[in-house]
Amino acid sequence: MHSKYETVIGLETHAQLLTESKMFCSCSTKFGSKPNTNICPVCTGQPGVLPVINKKAIELAIKTAIALNCRIEKMSVFARKHYFYPDLPKDFQVSQYELPLATGGFVEIEVEGKKQKIGITRIHLEEDAGKLVHKGAARIMGAGESLVDYNRTGVPLMEIVTEPDIRSPLEAKVFMETLQHLLQFIGVCDAKMEEGSLRCDANLSLRPAGETKLGTKTEVKNMNSFRAVLKALEAEEKRHAEVLNEGGKILQETRFFDDINETTIGMRSKEFAHDYRYFPEPDLVPVEPDHQWIETIKNTLGELPEAKSERFFNEYSLAAGINKILISDKLKADFFERTVKHFNKPEMIANWIIGDIAAYLNENKKSINEISLTPEKLSEILKLIDNGTITGKIAKNILLEVLGTGKTVQDIIKEQGLTQISDEGELVKIVGDVIKNNPKQVDEFKSGKDTVIMFLVGQVMKASKGRAKPDKAQELLRKALG
Amino acid sequence: MKIDVEHIARLARLGLSDEEKKLYGEQLSRILEYAETLNKLPTENIAPTTHAIPMKNVLREDRMVPFPDIEAIMINAPQEESNMFLVPRIME
Ligand SMILES: [Zn+2]
Repeated sequence: MHSKYETVIGLETHAQLLTESKMFCSCSTKFGSKPNTNICPVCTGQPGVLPVINKKAIELAIKTAIALNCRIEKMSVFARKHYFYPDLPKDFQVSQYELPLATGGFVEIEVEGKKQKIGITRIHLEEDAGKLVHKGAARIMGAGESLVDYNRTGVPLMEIVTEPDIRSPLEAKVFMETLQHLLQFIGVCDAKMEEGSLRCDANLSLRPAGETKLGTKTEVKNMNSFRAVLKALEAEEKRHAEVLNEGGKILQETRFFDDINETTIGMRSKEFAHDYRYFPEPDLVPVEPDHQWIETIKNTLGELPEAKSERFFNEYSLAAGINKILISDKLKADFFERTVKHFNKPEMIANWIIGDIAAYLNENKKSINEISLTPEKLSEILKLIDNGTITGKIAKNILLEVLGTGKTVQDIIKEQGLTQISDEGELVKIVGDVIKNNPKQVDEFKSGKDTVIMFLVGQVMKASKGRAKPDKAQELLRKALG
Repeated sequence: MKIDVEHIARLARLGLSDEEKKLYGEQLSRILEYAETLNKLPTENIAPTTHAIPMKNVLREDRMVPFPDIEAIMINAPQEESNMFLVPRIME
């Protein structure tokens, strides 16, 4: 953008961890439940309760820390962060402050063909707050009263903070996409920005090109999609440049992204300067993961996307484009590999998975492990194409039938008579009909235009509803016309 | 030891009378002065502790158990609407 300035961005992201129960109590984390049905004395902050740390949440965060090349701290401590807000029933949020779970990692991103590392400052665990519904207004401003649902209170969140290594809104967007993919891939978070299971706030500042000192930053909030990250930061970057060009000063403040007008709006809060009065949460003792525990978690991590992509390229010689789509969903990549074990035609399998199967999954909002198609069934169908028993078109119908009904491939073929015609008499009859119905093309063929045979083969295929074997049809046509 | 009682009261959302400010100011100062005693001890070679008990990794398995008496929690809502806590205007 404005070559006069360099943009500096750091991101604070929050990812909801895939646990069954909350961070410090046994309430459900289920999204979309009736208001205030997943609450208990612990998460609503009743006096005298005792919170206990969810082991799975720690493990998922450690798993992430390993994947993000972080150092797992020998000791991490939960702390109380105090502030007053109606979505926070305890009047403090349990978070980690001085001693986070992990520090010092990086994520590699690729922007416009250029790879670069974005530093990760820290990863820590905390609890989510409740959800506010503002009465009589879409936003908090202008709302007369608000309603509070504490179902989300206490849901485990992992905060991932980057170094100010990001140099453009586009890089910020790519970072978020890369992080989403990684979190989904390692199975720690479903990472849907629109649903709020992955969120991000950004700190943005501009400085004259070549300057090493950071300029005054603003914090941008309310970015609920990758597009919003890009648009919000572009708008904020432009605003900073305009203020600075006019000789003005940037006010350090929090700004909200207005996604309708694609601008950021400063939000005056009656809250005075933050004074969170952090102190160690006395009810939760330190977390000190030992080497063995970390190793066990490391072993559940499996292959990371980049390594998998490289291996797929080497082992299966898949084109880069196909490879990328396949790897973008770990479940599909696993399904692919399991199918290859039954039938060694990687490219054919990959194309079916990212083509017709992916289309069905999108349409039905399902993942590949939630459908009645198995690697065994897919390989069975594809083998039938490969050995000429069925055509690609019939294979697709069988596939949809398997997906829709869960029947076996053999049953569908038997029921619908879908195998290729093995009875020569039947085929001879169809060939006869085709010759009778296409006198013009038959004349052309007889006068020496050999390529017309393909048209006639096509007619046989059509008349047999794809059940004729193309080379057999051609053989019989030539015999009849010769 | 001087304490900004008004600031602390505001952080805790407490409205104090002048008398109370004076009383709590003195009491808080005495508490802090008492805690100052610790600074007289040589602690250079002692690792900082965050907890008074020598325990670590007290964890629970990730199992969901619904709380059976949610009504007892909802009863604390000064006002309730659509099974949610109704709160007054948040932003001015
Ligand atoms: Zn609870």
